[in-house]
Amino acid sequence: MTLPEHALAHLQQVLRTPESAGERYTLHEPVGQGGMGTVYRASDRALGRDVAVKVLRGDVADAEAAVRLEREARILARLEHPGIVPVHDVGTLGDGRVFYVMKLVRGRRLQEFAGAAPRSDVLRVVLRVCETVGFAHAHGVVHRDLKPSNIMVGAFGEVLVLDWGIARVVGTGRAAARGEARPGLAAPASSGDPLPALHGVPEPDTAPGTVLGTPGFMAPEQARGEPALVDARTDVYGLGAILRAVVVREGDGRGVPRPLEAIWTRALSPDPAARYPSAADMAADITRFLDAQPVAAYREPLTERAGRVFRKYQTAILLVLTYLAVRLLFLVMRGY
Amino acid sequence: MPDHSGRTGGRAFPPTRQSVVAATRGDDADARRAAFEVLIALYWRSVYSHLRMKWRAEPADAEDLAQEFFARAMARGFFDDYDPARARFRAFLRTCLDRFVANARRGERRLKRGGGAKALSLDFAGAERDLAAATMDAAPESDGDAWFDRAWVRSLFADAVEALRAECAGTPREIRFRVFERHDLAPGDGTPRPGYRALGEELGLPVTQVTNHLAWARRELRRLVLDRLRSLSGSDAEFRAEAEDLFGVRIP
Repeated sequence: MTLPEHALAHLQQVLRTPESAGERYTLHEPVGQGGMGTVYRASDRALGRDVAVKVLRGDVADAEAAVRLEREARILARLEHPGIVPVHDVGTLGDGRVFYVMKLVRGRRLQEFAGAAPRSDVLRVVLRVCETVGFAHAHGVVHRDLKPSNIMVGAFGEVLVLDWGIARVVGTGRAAARGEARPGLAAPASSGDPLPALHGVPEPDTAPGTVLGTPGFMAPEQARGEPALVDARTDVYGLGAILRAVVVREGDGRGVPRPLEAIWTRALSPDPAARYPSAADMAADITRFLDAQPVAAYREPLTERAGRVFRKYQTAILLVLTYLAVRLLFLVMRGY
Repeated sequence: MPDHSGRTGGRAFPPTRQSVVAATRGDDADARRAAFEVLIALYWRSVYSHLRMKWRAEPADAEDLAQEFFARAMARGFFDDYDPARARFRAFLRTCLDRFVANARRGERRLKRGGGAKALSLDFAGAERDLAAATMDAAPESDGDAWFDRAWVRSLFADAVEALRAECAGTPREIRFRVFERHDLAPGDGTPRPGYRALGEELGLPVTQVTNHLAWARRELRRLVLDRLRSLSGSDAEFRAEAEDLFGVRIP
């Protein structure tokens, strides 16, 4: 027999799909690929709904990778936030591969969304990303792989930060227990609810020289493989790179307001100490920009400030000026 | 005349964990011939596609060259020098083929129809039809080597599907193959693939039975493909690498 092209392609895909016969979840087509695992659309037979199942990729399916995928699931399960995909279940397939089940989200990746949306809408999405990352920081978690392709904008405006596969828990280790929490991250005594230590679960990279992340969105200390220096400001760098990437599309930076440019310039400082201390601080600056307020990252010249104030109160100023002009005209006419 | 009609159908195929590649170099003449028959059955389409797409041979020339290549490979021990540590067997065979065609053309020894090679019974017309259909779907940048690899994967799967059919024929598992055939081998003429429920109604099975049969058939097909892959690999490392490429799974 001969196999037509479409039949061969279908067979290759179904045979690549991990074996899940007899499991609660029936895996369908792949919908995403992360550093460690492939995400499949799946049917949850027990609840009769579609879900997403992340299964460890075959080529990285060793014992350590299995522990890390499970660790990712546990981190996500603890970070209950509208900007983070909720995890429903975790388990092991018949072939030994670890998987976890999460809500199936549909939408566009940030770069696609940014290509078709007004700048103010794009900025509001980045703001939501900063808030979500700030929430993770408040729980001692650094994402470490922030980039537009890891941001999903849903059909109903929901903004989700995806792929926490190389996230690092840095606010709850022994240093934190000694009260030496890193900048921007929750310390045990903070008012937040820090993530409990994941006993026996190794960090994705504890050895100096190990580089995990994406070039172009990775902070210098991360690119140099210095895990000891990773803290909330590492993610601030990634947020700055995202902001710049979605505002300056196709290398065209014309017409970008200087305060906005100053926000990503500060976030992208090579020296972590010169960046925003946390994602929440960066979010505050983006909010100020959207509200036509002065931003902390930019010292505004008087002329620019006047222009900004005029643009913000344009209608009121014009009304007052019109009133004064009419009044003046009236007085002049009466004088003659 | 040996029958290499393009499949081993699970009957000629050797048991698992026995390398066909190693057997082509063995001392036992019968085992050697049997190993070559398996190799030809799974590689002749790749060879033909390669000749047509990379060497731009006319169909008649490609047929003659393919026949001659296998005949000489058997007679002169083309594969005796294969070193599993240096390359995958598939890449080695392709290099042998390229060298053979280059020599044939350089020496102006263009083979006349029939060419002196012992004729093998191969369905070249069918291969030509497959090639025409695949060309329509192919990316414009597809090179000759990609055609070789694609044809090889196609032969591997086609042979495993035939073996699955043979394994189920005349047994209570025939219905499992029927479900698999209706669902996974459905014609791609624009008709949507039948859903589990529709398939259940058509074959008089509950939906759970349909999904169970399908899962069994896929699992069995995966095993059959892996068996073939193992036999066609020059080493364990090559087998594992090929399996990872095909299925994304790491073989323990």
